[in-house]
Amino acid sequence: MRPSKFSNFIFNRNVQGTFYQAITLSLVILGVYYIVQNTAENMMARGLASGFHFLGVESQFDIGMTLIEYSPTSTYFDAFIVGLLNTLLVAGIGIFFATIVGFAFGIMRLSSNWLIAKIAETYIEVIRNIPLLLQIFFWYFAVLRALPKPKESIEFMDSIFLNNRGLFLPDPNFSEGSSVIFYLFWITIVISIFIFIWSKRRQNRTGITFPAFYVSAALIVGVFFASLAATGFPVSFEIPELKGFNFKGGMKLIPELVALTFALSMYTAAFIAEVVRAGIMAVSKGQTEAARSVGLKEGLVLRLIIIPQALRVIVPPLTNQYLNLTKNSSLAAAIAYPDLVLVFAGTALMQTGQAIEIIGMVMGVYLFLSLFTSILMNLFNLTMKVGER
Amino acid sequence: MSEINKNITPPVIEIGILGWLRKNLFSTWYNTILTLIGLYFIYLIIPPLLSWIFFDATFSGTTREDCTSSGACWVFIKQNMKLIIYGLYPSDELWRINIAYFLLTVSIIYLLIPNLKYKGIVGVFLLFVFPIICIFLFSGGLGLENVETRLWGGLFLTLVIAGVGIVLSLPIGIMLALGRRSKLPVVSLLSTIFIEIWRGVPLITVLFMASNMFPLFMPEGVNFDKLIRALIGVMFFSAAYLAEVVRGGLQAMPKGQYEASQAAGLTYWKMMALIILPQSLKVVIPAIIGSFIALFKDTTLVLIIGLFDFLGIIQFVGTNPDWLGFSHEGYVFAAAIFWVFCFGMSRYSQRLEKKLDTGH
Amino acid sequence: MNNIKNAILGLLCSVLIVPAAYAGTLDTVKDQGFFNCGVSQGVPGFSNPDENGNWSGIDVDVCRAVSAAIFGDADKVKYVPLTAKERFTALQAGEIDVLSRNTTWTLSRDAQIGLEFAGVNFYDGQGFMVRKDSGITSAMELDGASVCTNLGTTTELNMADFFRANSMAYEPVVFEKADEVVNAYDEGRCDTYTTDKSGLAAQRTKLADPDAHVVLPETISKEPLGPVVREGDGDWADVVRWSLNAMIEAEEFGLTNSNVKTTCAMTSNPVVARLCGKEGGTGAGLNLGDSWSYDIVSLVGNYGDVYEKHVGENTPVGLARAGSPNASYKNGGVLYAPPAR
Repeated sequence: MRPSKFSNFIFNRNVQGTFYQAITLSLVILGVYYIVQNTAENMMARGLASGFHFLGVESQFDIGMTLIEYSPTSTYFDAFIVGLLNTLLVAGIGIFFATIVGFAFGIMRLSSNWLIAKIAETYIEVIRNIPLLLQIFFWYFAVLRALPKPKESIEFMDSIFLNNRGLFLPDPNFSEGSSVIFYLFWITIVISIFIFIWSKRRQNRTGITFPAFYVSAALIVGVFFASLAATGFPVSFEIPELKGFNFKGGMKLIPELVALTFALSMYTAAFIAEVVRAGIMAVSKGQTEAARSVGLKEGLVLRLIIIPQALRVIVPPLTNQYLNLTKNSSLAAAIAYPDLVLVFAGTALMQTGQAIEIIGMVMGVYLFLSLFTSILMNLFNLTMKVGER
Repeated sequence: MSEINKNITPPVIEIGILGWLRKNLFSTWYNTILTLIGLYFIYLIIPPLLSWIFFDATFSGTTREDCTSSGACWVFIKQNMKLIIYGLYPSDELWRINIAYFLLTVSIIYLLIPNLKYKGIVGVFLLFVFPIICIFLFSGGLGLENVETRLWGGLFLTLVIAGVGIVLSLPIGIMLALGRRSKLPVVSLLSTIFIEIWRGVPLITVLFMASNMFPLFMPEGVNFDKLIRALIGVMFFSAAYLAEVVRGGLQAMPKGQYEASQAAGLTYWKMMALIILPQSLKVVIPAIIGSFIALFKDTTLVLIIGLFDFLGIIQFVGTNPDWLGFSHEGYVFAAAIFWVFCFGMSRYSQRLEKKLDTGH
Repeated sequence: MNNIKNAILGLLCSVLIVPAAYAGTLDTVKDQGFFNCGVSQGVPGFSNPDENGNWSGIDVDVCRAVSAAIFGDADKVKYVPLTAKERFTALQAGEIDVLSRNTTWTLSRDAQIGLEFAGVNFYDGQGFMVRKDSGITSAMELDGASVCTNLGTTTELNMADFFRANSMAYEPVVFEKADEVVNAYDEGRCDTYTTDKSGLAAQRTKLADPDAHVVLPETISKEPLGPVVREGDGDWADVVRWSLNAMIEAEEFGLTNSNVKTTCAMTSNPVVARLCGKEGGTGAGLNLGDSWSYDIVSLVGNYGDVYEKHVGENTPVGLARAGSPNASYKNGGVLYAPPAR
């Protein structure tokens, strides 16, 4: 007996697939609609304000550390930007140090020196098995306890001061004429890039090498100092001074920033070290041996053979660690570093009560950062893809 | 050629302790420098640490007046032990938690001893029966007095959150991973969106939503316990990370496995359950346990939403006026306990990895 | 198989879409036999847990009074510790029914964020605490100071106003939780700690050496602290408001926790008789039993009892009541309850 058209239809895989998808989709849409509906009703019933008008309203509060001009008369949107920049700042510095320390420990762990390898291993195993929040608390109070009061500050050359209110550095002031230096600086960088491209092309064509790195480094540094001297050093430094409670003037790094960066980079470094170790170990020994046997020097073996191949393995998990560090910087709230979560999802949320809008914006920022990085990552993977044979 | 004297031993500097030292610590001039620097660091850190923790520390006593030594004062931990382990759980009902601790320890030890029979049964007990027993033991019911979750705290609460997260997030994570790799575009798109959103935001914003905004999303009067809401947040958060781990394992499966099982006439679910998942999960066990460790450490964040977990309760007892100024002891103790758990898990995963390595 | 799956899905849909019936908070509370009271995470004298998790303090006693009024039992309350940041969202979201967590009554909170203030149980003002050895005697000397405080309070705004009005510079150091502020201040991160003066007195007890610190005389703001409920539920707000008023009025008429039994048995004063629940039927209007105010005084106490027990001069917090705004209007304070009739 031949199956009827109907059962044919029912048991068709594509039809079944479409059917399930339609059900899933409608369930999800229903769920979202349900939540939105409830929220709207609840907000009406409880007299909650909604919308983003509050962003243009005066914030009336102060923030301890701001990278842009900010005062209590600034708007909530300015507060958002201040928090965002502070988050990016701590993430940026944290990533910088985490990378250095992480690579150092990753390489140490593979060292032929037993003691060094063991120290690196102990560090990694201790740090990554203890919750970050605990480490942040610990370092914050350790930092506070170790540093002296402002009046007993540690001094370096009468211009750098360290106490439990922060690290105070001379602030460079650029007077007239200094813009020339910046332009020249950027121009030399552009020229260097051309030198690199040119030397690479020539090498591909003729096989003659050109010391592009040393030449461009000399160019950039030389022109920088030459222009400084030619314009008569138009840079003055504002030295911090002890006035009343604390130092005024100069640049200031607050202890919260120091403790948070320290904790974040030490913690992430332990993970990066493992990533680096795995990456280097993934390059097969034959590669090194083959490179040596064609007569490459040790430095070139590392630069041309090992590192590029190790990087292919290292970069994706490394970016993940960078993202983790950025997300973990939201723990700043626990120790009063004014990041996005503390300033915007904290103070601003309290003053306006608009939880949905504010939490939405904060989540959106982190989501954007993570999606943006994923896209970069995929591009990197595409360019680094080596044809498998 | 035949002149080799087999009785000459290698130079003393190449064998034994000296040889080992030479080979591993002093092989070149820069290795020697590195070794010396390393030794100096150890000298800087270890002796003061040891004397603070052990030699100069106070272990006996009952009040802060007994803390006279220059080292740590562990009396602080000892006196507050009940709070630290059980939170504010009623004193008369502590036996319920103790039973759970006992069952958990016994089953884990059983699973750790190699070459025992019935490990599967114990594993199933731990994953499916034990959680149900715990629900009744901890919150009450079946004749037991009801204990509200706001009294839960300390190490007990940390283990509950981590345990629930671990047991529930794995199946959800597997489903999400299958969904993301599904050929049905809607399913795959929805799974991808779900995974990326949860992975893209920090856990504390998730916990804040769960603890404070969740009731806004529900109809008037519908509400869950605060702990349950936090658990749901932790569970989905962890599931999204696990999904990516499992997806990695699925991707590592050779295409032939899929084709062979389809050729054998298996349906999608049978193919996944019998052929693909068992193999790919095995590959990613270390990464899965890595996620569990991350989850365990992340449980500390619940203190930010006002639950008194292990770290939260240690901070709480540290603000008791009778015990001010012992926060370092508290933090070090907390760090040690977390470390033991996490390090134990990571060692177990390494062992499992070796054992399951069938050498493809 | 598919049928079963579809049936389950359909069932789930219908369960999800059924709208829950609307019920007022008071009815819900009466049905479930308890209510949730949002408190601090530990401010001695106001709301503080002991080692067994029992809460006490004058803010806690407001909730106990409400419980006594509704159930005739002061302990039908579940306490939910909240950070300053969480508190309003928790209330709006229905996580708690009353917020009694030294919360300042301000226009924007009352009007904009869906809150309704049910009265004032403590008149406070923001002040500064400094180390004695800093030699500072006035808040006007704080130019350039680092100021520790906690997140999400009017404190942050007041301090911005204060320093701006006096053209002084300062560095705000804002923590999530009060305990962290205390720790950081104690470690020397800040020159001064600012919050409501009552809070300063309470937190001072948590410092390593409380006597090395002093609260400066200036009060830079008005901080009327009181219980808060959700907007738009008048019946529930009334219950909370009048529970507090009953405590204040009981004191005005000399009805205390210790004498309430005997006084009520033989009183001839009609006001006292109403408070005792013997006349007037005041409970009906609130949907409560007639003995509601009697229960409050006998189970919790009047305002004076509660004040002296938790924050008075004989407690570690040690806030003198005489001469402060918290004295009854009869003694020159501003505490004045509308008549309960």
